[in-house]
Amino acid sequence: MEFGLVELSRLQFASTAMYHFLFVPLTLGLSILVATMETVYVMTGRPIWRQMTKFWGTLFGINFVLGVSTGITMEFQFGMNWAYYSHYVGDIFGAPLAIEGLMAFFLEATLVGIWFFGWEKLTARAHMFVAWGVAIGSNFSALWILIANGWMQNPVGAVFNPMTMRMELVDFYAVLFNPVAQAKFVHTVSAGYVTASIFVIGVSSWYLLRGRHIDLARRSIAVASAFGLAASLSVIVLGDESGYEATHNQRMKLAAIEGMWETEEAPASFNLFGIPDQEARETKYAIKIPYVMGLIGTRSLTTEMPGIKELVAQAETRIRSGVIAYDALLQIRAAKGDVTPEVKETFEAHSADLGYAMLLTTVVEDPKLATDAQISEAAWKTVPQVAPLFWSFRIMVAAGFFMLALIGYMFFTSNFRGGRFPTWVLRVAVFAIPVPWIAAETGWFVAEFGRQPWTVDGLLPTALSVSNLSIWDVVLTLAGFVTLYTVLLVIEIKLMLAAIRKGPTHDIEVVEAWAAKRRPVAKPAE
Amino acid sequence: MILHELLSYEILRVIWWVLLGVLLIGLAATDGFDMGVAALNPFVAKSDAERRVVINTIGPVWEGNQVWLILGGGAIFAAWPPLYAVSFSGFYLAMFLVLAALILRPVGFKYRNKKESPVWRTRWDWALVVGGAVPALIFGVAVGNVLQGVPFTLDETLLPIYPGNPLSKLLGLLNPFALFVGVVSLAMHIAHGATWLVLKTEGAVQARARRIGSWAGVLTIVTFALAGVWLAFGIPAYQFVTEPDPFGPSNPLLSEVVRGGSWLDAYQTRPWIAIAPALAVLGLGSAVVLMRLWSGWAVTASMVGIFGVISTVGLSMFPFILPSSLNPSASLTVWDSSSSQMTLFIMLVSTVIFLPIILAYTSWVYKVLWGKVRPEDIARNPNAY
Repeated sequence: MEFGLVELSRLQFASTAMYHFLFVPLTLGLSILVATMETVYVMTGRPIWRQMTKFWGTLFGINFVLGVSTGITMEFQFGMNWAYYSHYVGDIFGAPLAIEGLMAFFLEATLVGIWFFGWEKLTARAHMFVAWGVAIGSNFSALWILIANGWMQNPVGAVFNPMTMRMELVDFYAVLFNPVAQAKFVHTVSAGYVTASIFVIGVSSWYLLRGRHIDLARRSIAVASAFGLAASLSVIVLGDESGYEATHNQRMKLAAIEGMWETEEAPASFNLFGIPDQEARETKYAIKIPYVMGLIGTRSLTTEMPGIKELVAQAETRIRSGVIAYDALLQIRAAKGDVTPEVKETFEAHSADLGYAMLLTTVVEDPKLATDAQISEAAWKTVPQVAPLFWSFRIMVAAGFFMLALIGYMFFTSNFRGGRFPTWVLRVAVFAIPVPWIAAETGWFVAEFGRQPWTVDGLLPTALSVSNLSIWDVVLTLAGFVTLYTVLLVIEIKLMLAAIRKGPTHDIEVVEAWAAKRRPVAKPAE
Repeated sequence: MILHELLSYEILRVIWWVLLGVLLIGLAATDGFDMGVAALNPFVAKSDAERRVVINTIGPVWEGNQVWLILGGGAIFAAWPPLYAVSFSGFYLAMFLVLAALILRPVGFKYRNKKESPVWRTRWDWALVVGGAVPALIFGVAVGNVLQGVPFTLDETLLPIYPGNPLSKLLGLLNPFALFVGVVSLAMHIAHGATWLVLKTEGAVQARARRIGSWAGVLTIVTFALAGVWLAFGIPAYQFVTEPDPFGPSNPLLSEVVRGGSWLDAYQTRPWIAIAPALAVLGLGSAVVLMRLWSGWAVTASMVGIFGVISTVGLSMFPFILPSSLNPSASLTVWDSSSSQMTLFIMLVSTVIFLPIILAYTSWVYKVLWGKVRPEDIARNPNAY
């Protein structure tokens, strides 16, 4: 791949977004776990739960700060690096981002301060409501961001306006209740809950291995595994839902994930393993599981799923239709809108394919003069790089099932075996701490890399979305962001580890007195 | 949906122009004192205990305040997409510097007290000075450039083009007038931060804040007035040759604009707008006087001053938002760079619902945190910065 402005801009967006998403999932899940722990404290009055709340709250706080900081970059860099994108779809895409700020981000950010500073200024009950406010704010924040992102995957409720040269909103409800956005939202927040669960279980397991803070660790595992079990089931079910939705609108992404070049007879098989070869347009050494893909993608045994080659042929048709729209648009623009109704009708009939003509302009300057070979070249551009998608997807799924198994085991042992965890399982749990992050990052990679060559599926090619910047602009800021973020990440991990090593620092005497009092009573019950 | 046609496109555009101002004023009035406090810290607080007091005056509120900035970015994206596209990509490296400074700031607050080492803490103190002063300065520089017009153009597909290499573009922004407006902004933020410290601290820190703050307030008034004079005699404004249709499509290239006249001509055609600069001087002047009287009301007065300063810029330029010096006809105005009528309406409904809620819980938080920050409070709270 040649590294020009487009590739550098993509690299910058990908790295800042993936950095940002190191912090987001933990915020999403830990905010709820902390609020849950605080609720138990308020309901039972047992000091151990307050200690747990404050301990996990401290780790939450360290993480939250970097989530906020890296989030500002996300909000700004659409305009900085993707100016044409911002112009072209800002009318639709900007609204959910702004509503996110109004409805969600303001709430979580305003309340998080009072949560840390308000322990002595608020009643226990009011403080608990603040914790829930932070949790609700964080999760609503994810909702609006995924409505925005869902629209990039499945652009509904908008039409092109030739007078303003951009997409404009016509149906807000369609954007709001976009099925892709809904599936993505639940999938993503559930993934955040799993992340927090694995984190809490891992850290607690380390304490159990060391024989430290036993009361805190056991209770934390009990809460986190129950929460995590529900969440990991939800991740998998909604991941499947995303796959089903993709069948309707992003069939190319699905075919690429699957390495499925040819259309198979229904029901299609699932490639468990294989070596996708982009040049030869085939997946070698494929190990197939019959029926599975057809069931995931179509939920039927009779519906056919198109392979990559068939989808490319369809893209060719859309390119030819897009060229007609493009030609009509040039006439409308030249006459400043003052054209015959026929031209307008032609444009409207073909405007849904305008993006495909824009894709053709990345191959030939004037789409009207394109040869068949050039049209075919452009059509093949609609195929993302298959191998990275194929592998990332499988890593994500494997990680997901592994976490389900681990959390399920912890839940079972915690509830039905008196919390007597074997040492090796505790070790596995400690080493499993990075797994949810691997799953989350590969998941985003599949979602966004799989959307290529589009920023907005079928509407706007990535290559045309960038700002008119010089290479050096982007090189400088990319180096700047990477350096700054890396330094901060190192500091954050060090502070996290230090806080974990130190253990809970709050309510030590109260909790000890409480534990001493109840220990003789509790023992026979076990 | 016909609902969104309840308000005409023209009215919606004007409302969103006002709301743009509200967001900028909200940012400067709340996050503004965070920036001022961070920039003032090593100058008003000498010992570590004093510095912790200073940082903890804003510790519980900076996160919420910063959302004004994020919301501002989102609202410009949603309501003024061409403005978002042109300004954020045009001021590219300046935006990066603001981002870098703003990223340093929260981590500085949070991480500073995590280690005892004085070297570690002093380093974060200076990072915080940068995190506070740089955005305050750059916001002013940006306004200074907007008043002069910015060298961008739009091609026929409305792609924003801002020619030049990274260095020349950045240095182009740092011209004398823009830097002068940057000084106005920096002084204003420092004065504002000082009023906050007068309200929230006691003793030596309060006395130093009062001294530095009242000088910064006077400096703001003087430079604000001088910037006005400079604007009157040295900076040409922009005028329409063909007026855009206030109900028309958002395409800046449909109207014709030339350079000429002065932004101060607006005070002849719309004399009532003189209330904005009057409020600016009155607010900032009262802030200085109230600070000398050790009064916490100086914060409120300073907010009125900020309201006046920002409104002055907006009202003088109306309906221009971002003029282009390279191709004046590409200038962005209220009438040709907004979102569609439907988006503006939906965004307005969201704002009408959520802004009062935001103001309610924000005021509640400030009420809970009411009172002076003392070293013993910090010692008692293990979550303190």
